[in-house]
Formats: sequence, structure tokens, C-alpha cells
Amino acid sequence: MKEFVEGSHAIAEIIKAASPGVISAYPITPQTHIVEGLAQMVASGELKSQFVNVESEHSAASVVLGGSATGVRVYTATSSQGLFYMQEVVFNIAGMRLPVVMTCANRAISAPINIWNDQQDSISLRDSGWFQIYAEDNQEAVDFHLIAYRLAEDKRVMLPVMVCMDGFILTHGMETVDIPEQDKVNEFLPNYKPLYKLDPAHPISMGLLADPDYYMEARFAIQETMNESIGYLSEISREFNGVFGRDYKDLLVEEYHTKDAEKVIVAMGSVCGTIKEVVDEQRAKGKKAGCLRIISYRPFPYARVYEALKDVPRVAVLDKAVSLGAYAPVAVEIKAAFYGKKKGPKVISSFVAGLGGRDITLESIDEVFRRLTAKEVNSDFIDLKPELLKEEYGE
Amino acid sequence: MFGPLTVNPLKSKGSKTGSWRTLLRPHYLHKNCIACRMCLMICPEGCVHGKEKNAFWTDYIFCKGCGLCADICPKKDIAMISEESKGEDK
Amino acid sequence: MENNPLFKSGHTACAGCGQAIAARLVIEAAGANTIIANNTGCLEVFTTKYPETAWGVPWIHSLFENSAAVASGIEAALVYLGKKDSINVIAQGGDGSTGDIGLQALSGMLERGHDILYVCYDNEAYMNTGVQRSGLTPFDTNTTTSPAAAHSSGNIRPKKPVPEICLAHGIPYVATASAGFPQDLTRKVKKAISIKGPKYIQVHVPCPLGWRHEPNQMLPVAKAAVETGLYPLFEYENGLLAGRKQIVPKPVEEYLKIQGRFKHLLNNPEEIKKIQAIADNNIKKYNLKLEA
Repeated sequence: MKEFVEGSHAIAEIIKAASPGVISAYPITPQTHIVEGLAQMVASGELKSQFVNVESEHSAASVVLGGSATGVRVYTATSSQGLFYMQEVVFNIAGMRLPVVMTCANRAISAPINIWNDQQDSISLRDSGWFQIYAEDNQEAVDFHLIAYRLAEDKRVMLPVMVCMDGFILTHGMETVDIPEQDKVNEFLPNYKPLYKLDPAHPISMGLLADPDYYMEARFAIQETMNESIGYLSEISREFNGVFGRDYKDLLVEEYHTKDAEKVIVAMGSVCGTIKEVVDEQRAKGKKAGCLRIISYRPFPYARVYEALKDVPRVAVLDKAVSLGAYAPVAVEIKAAFYGKKKGPKVISSFVAGLGGRDITLESIDEVFRRLTAKEVNSDFIDLKPELLKEEYGE
Repeated sequence: MFGPLTVNPLKSKGSKTGSWRTLLRPHYLHKNCIACRMCLMICPEGCVHGKEKNAFWTDYIFCKGCGLCADICPKKDIAMISEESKGEDK
Repeated sequence: MENNPLFKSGHTACAGCGQAIAARLVIEAAGANTIIANNTGCLEVFTTKYPETAWGVPWIHSLFENSAAVASGIEAALVYLGKKDSINVIAQGGDGSTGDIGLQALSGMLERGHDILYVCYDNEAYMNTGVQRSGLTPFDTNTTTSPAAAHSSGNIRPKKPVPEICLAHGIPYVATASAGFPQDLTRKVKKAISIKGPKYIQVHVPCPLGWRHEPNQMLPVAKAAVETGLYPLFEYENGLLAGRKQIVPKPVEEYLKIQGRFKHLLNNPEEIKKIQAIADNNIKKYNLKLEA
């Protein structure tokens, strides 16, 4: 049913449709509206979940870990510092192969403290063993949560999924969203049947100590499963299209005018809407511009990126994150996709924009295209204010 | 793909911790036992077995020789004897 | 308990380990319809090294400090499944993971009113990492991070009063117990699980390695802690003192002199006087003294 709603409300609606048995969260801006919505649904009786109000994100993640290990579908949501505070548990959930689904309302990280959007929070947890899929708009954010449960609970996968949606831009943005109907949700997402669970009828031990004789295989198995899941993402998205009448090619990347492009910007999340607008303007002027949107950041779709960009002469990677002291995180992956390959861009330049909620405007994107020259640059910051860099301390 | 993840307790055999004993092992005298079960309760290994008077015994495959069974026995019916000494229940 | 053990032989605790005794008594008292969430620590390491497990009940370890929160999730899931009334949930950990790094998760679990029994195995230091002091290490204890030396008589603070902290949450049952009194511990666990809501039991568990006494001295050491008044055994039901083990108080030296961790105090009457004052205060506070 199509509704003109706030992003967070749409997420609460789709989580209600997925009907997790245990929901646990701790308030942090800009995640709050999602869990407030769910609390309201539980309070009114529309949603038969156990809503556990915890004293911290560490416990929110631990509660859903415990709930998932007991064999029920679970949900949590967080942002920024909250994600960092639960980081220890986030890694643990993946290592224990529990199909937890989480929304990360992407927000900058402290210090300086800043509640606005960028993607430094989830990207910092890229090595945790969670799937990370980034939504461009609220329709995707809604759809991705259903896909997330299907993927996480797939018997071949059994890994947690983080649906990343830009804080405020999406969470607080009003859009028309088609919220899937319950009967179709039930068709696409059957009840969760755990492969292992805490049950006195069949007592198992979970979370054991693995010494050097056993540890590596546990980690290797996750790595292999992640790699294999590239195929499952395509398979599940096709099935999703069939049930809901959408048109997701796969959940790996989206190619926008990349076929004959001379300059392509690679990015993740809502900023791709702005980039596509600039691409349209450039195309109207006869310039061969394009956009490649990374949807699945973990697992990273190297082969799809290679195919999409192998004939593009100049590529700009626009990161809404920075890896301090190194190349920007998405740029690293794009460069890696072409290392040692016969074909590929002559230039892969890397740009950092939009940190801490600084607007990425149409002009910002124009600027990226302008700076994408024959000379490769790395972690070139867009829209910096040099006058703010004059502060000096000490002698 | 799954690596080492969960363990089913019924299949687990446990470490043969009886090999840890170096000096002493418990020897049930089976004379004054009143079946109070204190030896069974206090055993950190859970390797004392038995129900009836003068019928309790230690599973030496797991007994680490801590001596708490002998210490708690109110009838002093358990002796800690040298590992070298011959006993029927070794 | 011997026919279908819920805590099997073959774990790798040190000989004479008080925690192994207590953990075994706790699960045998709680019974097979129990799910355990366990913090990281000695108990977790010596019972569940892949591919072995000592546990005959469903058991989960996640992290050092989160068993109270993991157990909260288990309990919530059981409520959702309509199975809570037939299954007990126990969260457990050592003194450090309970009273230091896990205190916040414990407080949250208590405050939310989950139907969970939390058991703290109090061996009064971080034994798994090599005897570093915790918030529950007693005053003047010699540990590897509160060493006794020329300018130090050991740990500078008395034990953090975790049972009192739990009591302040208004929960229905708080008790202390000791591995040296196995029947008392069994009774308290059975009582705790018969009560709905959050419960807390703190069990004093001698650690031969960390306390530096012979493995076969576990009982005299555990008993002396209680009989000197240094480790009072009490029960609070609905906020009221419902029971305590009364004693004919022994001087604290009787407890201190049988452990290496207090050896440095034996020629230091000033420090012993301070420890005696802690015992005297407990005796007064909980009315422990048995009248002749």
C-alpha cells in the first residue's frame, strides 16, 4: 500500500510485517523514530513482540543475540556511537552465526560530536562478518529489511545483516513508499526455522572457546559464506521482484549510464540520487557521465564492479567516510577490483564529502566531475572550508 | 558453510583429567559410610558415583586427586592414598 | 545427580576449584529445564573448550560482561514462545564480570524485572587472567595488580557490596552462599528459582591458585571466611533479611593465616585490626553472632 510517510515510520511498518519475537534497542539520534514506532505498535497490541528496553546498546545487541540463539526472529536499530558501543557484540553475533537484522541509521562519529549523516559508523564495522546493504531511498530501505531477513535466515547463510540508511536524509525524510502487504510478506518471508537453538529438549553448547586447532575454520567458513552469498543476493532479489513487482537487478550494484561513460562516480546510499541528477544534466549537455552505486558493501561485489567499470576511462569514488591515515574505504575496494587486471580505468580518483552532515549539493557533484582529471587524486576533500583550518596550538 | 560452532553434550567425551593426579588418590574404605552423599556433592569434577551405603566410588579417569571428598567425609571413610600404592579400585 | 549429570566430568578446572563445585551444585539444583548464559571467565574456559562441553543443559557464552543481557534476550524469547513458565534461565559469571565490567548489564537485567537467576561465583579476583584485583577483591589482598610490597599492604579498598547493590533494585531474592556449605547453596538455588522475577546469589568460591592454599584446603578456607564474619551468609526476601548463618565468631587471623594471599599481613597487627573491623561490622550488621 502506498503511503506518504517518514522513513523511520516506513521501517517500523515493515519490521511489524516481519514480526520479530524480540526487539531491543537503546535510543540514539537518528534511529529513535524507528524504535519509538515499534514500541507504539507493541503497546497498542498490533505487534506481538517482546520489546526489551535496555540500559545500553551493548545490552541491546546482547538481548537480540540471546533471543536469536533461543530460536526467534529479532530486530535492533542503532547509529554512530551506539553502533560503536555494541561493536564487541556485533562481531560476536556474526561469529556465532545468528541471523540478526539491524538498521543502522548512518550518522557521523565523535569527536567532535555530531548527530548528522555520513557513513563512518557502519563502514568502521566492515570486518565484522555482517552483510551491509546501503539504501538509496526509503522504498529500498523498506524492501531491504525484508530481503535482509530472508538472506540472514537462509540455511546456507546464517549471518547477520545490517541495513544502512542515511540518518535524517532517509530516516526523517518524507517520501511515498509502497509498504508491502502482510500476505505478500508472509509469502516471501516464511517463519524463521533455526538450525540450532537453546532448547532444553536438545541441549547444545554455543559460543565455545576455539583454540588454534579450531579457530581458523570458524572464520574461514564465514568468509566462504560471504563470498557465496554474492549469488544468493541476486537470487533473493529476483524472488523479491516476483512477489512484490519491483525491479531490482541484484542487490550488489546499480549501474546508471555507465555503459558508454567517460566519467563515472561511484558512491553508496542516498547521495546517489544527487549524483544521478547531475549525470542527467551532464548527459543533456552531451557529456558521457555515469554513476555506479554500491548496494552491497559487504560482501563486496568485485566482479560486478569490474564488469561495470572496466571500459570507463575515469572513475571518481565518492566516500562519505574516511579511513584516517589511509585511502578512503570505498575507494580502496574499487582500486582493488582492478589490481592486476588487463582492463580498467586509467584514473581512479578518490573524494571525501559530506562528513558530519555537510550538504552534498549538485555543485559538490559537479566539483567532483571537474576534479576527475588525468591526474589521480586520493582522499580529496570536497567543500572544505580552509578558513577553519587556521587554528594553532602550542609554540 | 559452517566451521566449529556448537557442541552436543552427549557426544562430548571430556578431557581425561585423571592423568593430572600426581601424588594422592581417594580410596573408599567402605566401612563406616552413611550414604550422606557429601563426597558426591563436594567433588569439583562430578566424578563420584554411588547411592547405597559403602558403595560410593571415584571415577579415576577424571579424578584430579584434590582430596575434598576425604576432607568432607564425616565418617573419615575415605583415605587419600599414594598413587604408587596398590588398591583394588585403582 | 550422578545418573544424568548436568555438569559432566572431564572439564579442566584446577584440582579443588571452588567455582567448579559451586557451578555443578547450582545447575544440579536448578535441573535440566534450564538455559544458562555464561560470562567469559574460568568457568567458561574450563567447561567449554571446543569440541568438548561439560554442560548437559543448553548453554551459551557470548562475551565477558553481557550474560545478564544475553539471558534477558533468552527470557524474552521464551516469553514470546510461551515457554517461560517451564524453563529456568540462569545468567552467571565471576566476580569481575559481574560486579565490574558486567555491573551495568546486571543492573539492567534486575531493573527490567526479568525472571532470571543471576549467580556470581566470587573468587575475589580476575583468576582467569592471572589473579588481578577486581572490585570484589577484599581489603589488603595481595594480587598481581595490588601487590603487597614496601609501600603497599595489598588491595586498598574493601569488597564492592554487589549483593547490596542488587538489593537496592528492589528484587525479590538476594542471597550469599559458599562452596564450603554445599547443602545451603543447593537450598538457596532451589528457593531462588521458585520465585518469579530477578534473583541474585553470590557464591564465595575459593581458588587454590589465586588464594594460594592447597587444593584439599578448600573447605577449611571457605568455612573460615564465613565463621570469621568476613563472608556473611544471608538471604533477603522482598527486601527483608529472611535468614543468615549465625556464627561463634573466630578471629580473622584464622582465615588470613591459611592463605598465601594474606601472608604479608601476619606480622602486621595494624592491618589485621582493620580487617577485624570489617568482620565486626558484618557481624553487627547482619546480627551473625550466635548467643551462647
